Amino acid sequence: MGESKLDLLQGTLDVMVLQTLEVLGPLHGYGVARRIEQVSGNQVLLNQGTIYASLVRLQQRGWISAKWGTSDHNRKAKFYSITKIGQKQLAKDTAYWQRLAGVMGRVLAMHSGGGER
Amino acid sequence: MRYSLRETFNRARSLFRSEQLDHDVNEEMASHLEMAIEENLRLGMSAEEARRQALIRFGGVQQAIEQHRESRTLPWVDVLRQDLRFTCRMLRRDSAFTIVAVLILALGIGANIAVFSVVNTILLRPLPFRDPQQLVRIVEKDPKAGESSKTYTADATQDFQQQNHSFQSVSGYFAFSPPDNFKLIGNGQPIPATGLLVAEGFFQTLGVEPSLGRLFRSEEFVQHAPPVALLSYPFWKRRLSGDRSIVGKAINFNNTSVLVIGVLPDTFDFGSVFSPGAKVDLFVPYIMDDFREDGNDLALVGRLKPGVTLAQAQSEADQLLPQLYFEHKHPEYGKGYTGQLTALKEYVSGKLRRSLIVLWCAVGLILLIVCVNLSNLLLARAAARSKEFAMRKALGAGRSRLVRQLLTESLVLAAVGGVLGLGLAYVLLSYLAHQGSVALPLLAMVRVDTTVLEWTLLIAIGAAILFGAAPGLRMSAGNLQDVLKDSGHGVSEGRKHDRMRSSLVITEIALACVLLVGAGLLLRSFLRVLDIDLGFEASHAAAISVDYDDGGNAAKRAAIWQEVTHRSLMIPGVESAGISDNLPMSRNRSWGIAAKGEQKRDALDYVPVFVYIVSPGYLKAMGMRLMEGRDISWDDVSNNRAVVILNETVARKLWPRQDPIGRTAVAGGTDAEVIGVIADVRESGAEDNAGAQMYLPATKQFGPEGSYLVVRSKLPPGSLATSVMRTLREINPGQPATEFKPIQALVDHATSPRRFFVLLVGSFACLGLLLASLGIYGVISYSVTRQTQEIAIRMALGATQWWVQFDVVWKTLRLALIGIAVGIIASLVLARLIASLLFQTAPTDPLTFAGMVALLGMVALLAGYLPARRASKIHPMVALRTN
Repeated sequence: MGESKLDLLQGTLDVMVLQTLEVLGPLHGYGVARRIEQVSGNQVLLNQGTIYASLVRLQQRGWISAKWGTSDHNRKAKFYSITKIGQKQLAKDTAYWQRLAGVMGRVLAMHSGGGER
Repeated sequence: MRYSLRETFNRARSLFRSEQLDHDVNEEMASHLEMAIEENLRLGMSAEEARRQALIRFGGVQQAIEQHRESRTLPWVDVLRQDLRFTCRMLRRDSAFTIVAVLILALGIGANIAVFSVVNTILLRPLPFRDPQQLVRIVEKDPKAGESSKTYTADATQDFQQQNHSFQSVSGYFAFSPPDNFKLIGNGQPIPATGLLVAEGFFQTLGVEPSLGRLFRSEEFVQHAPPVALLSYPFWKRRLSGDRSIVGKAINFNNTSVLVIGVLPDTFDFGSVFSPGAKVDLFVPYIMDDFREDGNDLALVGRLKPGVTLAQAQSEADQLLPQLYFEHKHPEYGKGYTGQLTALKEYVSGKLRRSLIVLWCAVGLILLIVCVNLSNLLLARAAARSKEFAMRKALGAGRSRLVRQLLTESLVLAAVGGVLGLGLAYVLLSYLAHQGSVALPLLAMVRVDTTVLEWTLLIAIGAAILFGAAPGLRMSAGNLQDVLKDSGHGVSEGRKHDRMRSSLVITEIALACVLLVGAGLLLRSFLRVLDIDLGFEASHAAAISVDYDDGGNAAKRAAIWQEVTHRSLMIPGVESAGISDNLPMSRNRSWGIAAKGEQKRDALDYVPVFVYIVSPGYLKAMGMRLMEGRDISWDDVSNNRAVVILNETVARKLWPRQDPIGRTAVAGGTDAEVIGVIADVRESGAEDNAGAQMYLPATKQFGPEGSYLVVRSKLPPGSLATSVMRTLREINPGQPATEFKPIQALVDHATSPRRFFVLLVGSFACLGLLLASLGIYGVISYSVTRQTQEIAIRMALGATQWWVQFDVVWKTLRLALIGIAVGIIASLVLARLIASLLFQTAPTDPLTFAGMVALLGMVALLAGYLPARRASKIHPMVALRTN
C-alpha cells in the first residue's frame, strides 16, 4: 500500500468522525466506531482500534474536544464533541469530498466513445 | 508532513505527558471493549464468543496503541530519544571513559568560557554608558610626568568647553582625590569613605542616570554653595543599608552636613572604568573657582556630537588646545596644551588588547588539545567497538545512522562537559570579579551573560564536531572485512589506525609545546619584573591613611605630623616611621623644578617632577636609599628651612656631572636648598622608568593631599594594626577606621595585570602539559595492551625486560621528539607575536625554550615509562595462556 492511499484513507476516517460528532453530539470512541459501521452498512472495513489514532489527531488539531464522563450503562468513557474550528473544517472537507465525488462520478461514468451518457 | 502551529505545540506537549496519555488511551480502549462485549451479549452471543467478536472487530490492541502514539508525537523526537537513550546506556557502561572525557571537556570548555567572559567584558562589550561610542578621553599627547601631565587646569577646561565645536559636552573629574579622603560620621566610629570631585555635567556627559534622586545642578557648582553629594550604589547599600529615604536628607561627612541628592545606579562603577582597582563611595561637585590656581587637575571626558568623527575632533583640538592659557590670572605662565583624543573604550582597554588576545589564543589551544585528546580516546574506543559497528552495519544500519549515533555520543559528552565547564567558569568568574587587587579595568563587571552562554553553546558544539568527526568518519567508512580482520584477538593493531593516533599525539605535544614556551616567556618576564630594583623596600613596611585637621595651617600640620611620627616610634616593634602625602605606585602629581639661575620665565623650562611632601624618617621607613647628603630633620621643619631632596634622575638632569648638594633649586615656585639625593624610586609602575622626583618638608605651604603614616617593622602588619590605630585615635579621636596596608600590596597592585596573565597562561600551559601527557600515556598504554602477546612471544624468544622497556620508551620518545620539533618551529613563529608583552626577555630566549622543551620531554618520558614498565612485567607464559 502506497503512502498516498493511506493518507487518503486517514483523511476519510477523520471526516467521518467529524461528521458523526457533528450530527450526534458528544459521543465516546466506541459509539463513533459503531455509528460509522452502521451508517456505512458495514461496508467500511474498519478496525475499531484505529478510531483512537484519528480521535487524538483531531483533538491535537483542535477540531474536537474530549471529556471523561459516564455512558448510558454507567461506564466510564471519554466523550468527544466537535469544536467551532472543527465545524468549519468539516464544512470545508464536506465541500471538498462532494466536489471530488462529483468529479469521480463523472469520470467513471465516461463511455468508451468518450462522450457523456 | 507539515503541522500547524497548534498541532506542533500539542504534539510536543504530549512528549512530556506520554505516561498519562498511554494510561488514558488504555482505559478508553478497555471501556470500548467492555461496551462491545456487552452489546454482543445483548445480541445473544455466549460470553466467550462475545469477547472474541469484540476483539476481532477492534483489531490489534497493541497496533492501535502504537498508532495512537505515532499520531500524537513528533516522530524525529522519538528517533532522537532513541539515540540518546542508547548513547546514555553506552556511556554508562563505559563509565571510566565517560568520566575522564567529561572532566577533560569540562576543564577545556570551562577555561574557554572564563577567558571569553573576561575578553567579552573588557574588549567586546561596549562600556556601560549611553551611546558609548561617542565618548572620548582627552589627555596630553606626551604625558611625561604622570597624572599631572594628563590633566588640564580649570581655566583651560572652561576655554575648551566654550570654544570647541566637536563635542556635545566636555566634563571631567579631579584626578587627585586620595582614597579615604572623607569620613562618614554617625553613631560610633567614623567610617572612611572615598569621595571624588566631578566637574559640572560629568554624569550627563557619560549618560548616567541616578537610580534615586537627581544629578547635580548648575547652582551647586558655584563657590559657597551648600554641600551636596551623590552616593555610589555599593556605598549606599552597605553603609546606609539601602535606605531610600536618605535622598533629600543631610549626612555628616568630615563634620560638615552634606545633603544627599541621589544614588547612582548599580551599573555605574567609576573605578572599574577610570581607575582599575579603586572604589569611589561618593561624588561631590568640583567647583572651578576653588581650583583656578591649582594647576592641572581635571581629567577630561567628552561626548562627540552626532556625525563628528574622532579625526575631525582631533584636528580641531590640535588647533584649539595650543592656544589655551594655563591660567587666566597668570598669563605669564604661558599657554600651549596638546590633546590626544582617544575613544574612551580604547583608552580603558586598548593596552590590554594584545594580552587578552594572547590569553584567548592560549585557551583556544587548550580546547584544541582537549579535542585532540578526546579524538584519541574515542579512536581507542572505536577500535574496541569496531565489531559492534561492523555487526550493526551487517544488519543493515546505514552509514548516516552510524555517524548520527557517534555524533550523538560526542554531543552528549560535550553537553555534559559544557554544563560542568559552565559551573567551573562561574565559580572562577565570581572569584575574579571580587579581586579588587587586580588592576584590570571592568573586571568587576565580569559575569556570565547571554553572549557567554551563546559562546559556550558554540564551542561545545564545535568541539563535539571536531573531536567526533575523525572517529565517526573512520568508523563508518571502515570496510567490513578490514574490521573483522583487524580486530582479531592478539594481533597487533592495524597500522593505519596506529598512524592516525600517533599523529594526533604529535599534534597534541606540539600544541602543548607552544603553550609551554609562551607561558615560559611570560613567566620569565614576570620574574624579571619582580627582580627590578624599585628603589624602596616593600617588605616589612605598611601604611595607613591618617586623618587630622590642621585648618590649612602649615605649622600646625607640621606639629601634628611630628606627634604622629614620634608616638608611632614608641609602639613596640616599630623600627622607623614617617609620613608622606603620596606613596609610590599609587597616586602621583607633579610640579616643575629648575636649577636656580638656569630657569627663564617660561614654564616649559621647568622639568616636570613628581612631588612628595614628607616628614623626616619617611625615606627610612620606606627603605629608600639616600645616596648623598642627609634626610630632612625636625630641625629643618621647626626652623621652616626650605630644603629639598631629589632623586638621581632629576639631580643628574639639573646638575650634570656636578655635586648637587648645597645648590639651590626652584621647586614648585620657591627656592629650596638641595640637602640629599636618593636612588630612583619607581613611580608609575614597576616596568616604567622612575621619572624625576623631589621630596619636600611638611612646612611647604602648597598643601599635601592626604597623608600616609608608613611604619617599618619586623612584626606582621596584622599584629601591629591595633596598636597603630590606638595611637592614632589617642591623638585624634576622629581618626576613621582606615586600613593598615602592607606596602607590598601597592607593588602587587602595580604588577597585578602581569601576574594575572602569567597565572592564567601558566595554568593553561600546565593543563596543556597534563592533557598531552595523558594523551601520550593513553596511546602508549593502549598499544602495549594490544601487543601483549607479541611482547610475550618476543620475551619467550629471549628479549630481555630492559629491551622491552627500551622499545616502548623509544616509541614514546619518537612521538615526543617529532611533536617538540614541530612545536619549537611553531613557537618561534608565534613568540614574535607576544614580543611586546615581554619584559627584558627576547622572544627567542634560549633558556626558556630549553627549559620548556626539557620539561615537556621529561613528562613525555614519564608518560611512556609507566606503560613500558607494565610491558616489561608481562609474564610470557601467563600472557600466552590467557588468550
